[in-house]
Amino acid sequence: MSETPTTDITTHAMAITPEDLPAAEGFFKPHRIVLLAIAAGLVFCIVWFMRWDWIPQYLPRLGYGIMITLAMLFSTSILGFLLAVPLGLVQVTGPWPLKALAKGFCTVVRGTPLLLQLWLLYYGLGSLFPQFPAIRQSFLWPYLRESWPYGVAALTISFAAYEGEVMRGAFAGVPAGEIEAARAYGMSRWTLFRRIWLPRAIHRALPTLTGETVLQLKATPLVATITVIDVYAVISKVRQDTYITYEPLLLLALIYMCLTGILVIAFRTLENRIPTRGA
Amino acid sequence: MADPISFLNWSLLALEPPGWGGVLLRGLMNSIEIAIGGYTFGLLLGIGGACGKLYGGPITRDLMECYTTIVRAVPELVLILLLYYAGTDALNYVLGLVGIGQVDISGLVAGIFVIGVVQGAYTTEVLRGAIKAVPAGQIEAARAYGMSPYKVMTRVTLPAMLPYAIPGLSNLWLIATKDTALLAVVGFSELTLVTRQAAGSTKAYLLFFCAAGVLYLMLTLVSDLIIRIIERRARRGFVEQS
Repeated sequence: MSETPTTDITTHAMAITPEDLPAAEGFFKPHRIVLLAIAAGLVFCIVWFMRWDWIPQYLPRLGYGIMITLAMLFSTSILGFLLAVPLGLVQVTGPWPLKALAKGFCTVVRGTPLLLQLWLLYYGLGSLFPQFPAIRQSFLWPYLRESWPYGVAALTISFAAYEGEVMRGAFAGVPAGEIEAARAYGMSRWTLFRRIWLPRAIHRALPTLTGETVLQLKATPLVATITVIDVYAVISKVRQDTYITYEPLLLLALIYMCLTGILVIAFRTLENRIPTRGA
Repeated sequence: MADPISFLNWSLLALEPPGWGGVLLRGLMNSIEIAIGGYTFGLLLGIGGACGKLYGGPITRDLMECYTTIVRAVPELVLILLLYYAGTDALNYVLGLVGIGQVDISGLVAGIFVIGVVQGAYTTEVLRGAIKAVPAGQIEAARAYGMSPYKVMTRVTLPAMLPYAIPGLSNLWLIATKDTALLAVVGFSELTLVTRQAAGSTKAYLLFFCAAGVLYLMLTLVSDLIIRIIERRARRGFVEQS
C-alpha cells in the first residue's frame, strides 16, 4: 500500500497536473504585470531577432507531425491502460505464477530506459523477423517492415507497466467493505468487478492517470529515433535542412508546452465532471 | 529457420577487444558517473528551488514556478538537446567576452549539467512537498529558540523533511539513471549508445540490447536495495504505517 503515494509524488514532480494550473482570480498582482512585460519583451526579441522564415515552408509537415504525435499518445495510452488493468488485478488477486509474471514484467520494464526498449524492439526484433519465412509471408509483414508498430509496441508496454503498478495500488486500496457489501448483494464475481471494483479503482487512479498521460506525451519524441515522423522528427529535419540550431528547438518546446497545457486542461474538465462525494 | 547462433554467440560479450563486454562496462560506468553527477547537481538546485518557492519573495517564487513548469511540460529529450547546444554555446560566448577564448566542453560535464537541470525541477517539487509535510510547530519552535533562518534550515527543516522526501528522491535517482540513456541522442557514449554501436557492428542486436537491459536492471535493483536500507534508517522512530 505504501507504494501508491510514492508513485503519485514522483509523477506529480515530473508532470504538470490540473492543480498546477494558475487560478484566474488573483493572478494579476503588480509584480506579475512587470514580469509579464519582461516576458513579452523577451518573446518580442526572440520573434524579431531570430530567424523564423522557414516556418511557412514546413507548416504542413509540422501539422502532420503533431497529428502523428497525438495519434501515438492516444493509441498507446488507451492500449496501455487496457493492458494495465489485468496487470494490476493479477498482482492483487491472481494465482502466484501470474502474480510473479506480472510483477516481473513491471520490474523489468520500469527498470530499463524506454529508449533501450524501443531500440531492442526495432533493431532486435526488426532484424530477427525477416529470418523467418513464416513471418515474411504472413499478412502482418507489410506492417512489420514499417517503424511505427515498434514505436507503438514500446510505448504501450512502457505505459502498461507504469500504470499497472498504479492500478495495483488502486485495486488494493478499494475499501474491503464495499466489496463485501457487493458480495452480500449476491453479485457474481464478474458483476462485482464490473460494477464496483473496477470503477472505484479507476476513480482512485484518475489523478495519477493524468500525470502518467502527460509523462507519456513527454516520452513520445523518442519514437523519432526509429524514424517515425512525429513533430520532433519534423523539427530535426528542419535543423538538418536549414542549419538553424535554436529556433526550431524553441518552437518545438513551445508546441509541447501547448500540447501539455491542452491535455491538462482537458483532464481537469474531465475530473470536474466526475462526481465525488466527500473523500 | 533463423540461426540461433547469432543470438547466442556469447563470445561477443568477452571483456577483451574482440568481444564488446569491456566497451559495455565502460559505457555503464559513464552512465553511472553522469547519473551521480546530475543527481547531485539536481539535488543542490532542488534545495535552492524548494526554499525559493516556499520562503522566497513573490518574484523568486514566480521565476521558480516558471522553471518547474517548463521542465515538467517539455519532453526531456527536447530539453536535453536545447541545453546541450545552448549551454555549451553560452559558456563559450561568455568565455569569449571575458577573453579566455573557446574551450572544448567535455561531454561528461555537459551531460551532468543537462541531467542536473532537468532533475533540479523534479527535485524542487519533491522537496517542496516534503518540507510542507514537516509539522509547522517544529519550525516555529526552532524559531522561538532564536535560531537564524539558515540554522532552522540545516538543523530542523532539512533533517525533519528527509523521511517524507526519501521515497520521491529515490524514485528520482532511478529516473536519473534511466534519463542518461537520452544522452545517446546527442552522441555521448553512455551505455545505450555504445550498445547500439556494438550491435550495429556485429549485427547481434538482440544479444547486445538484452545485455544492456540486464546491466540497467542490475543498476536499478542494486539501487533499490541501498534505498531500502537508507529508508529504514531515515524512518527510524516513525510510527509504522500500514
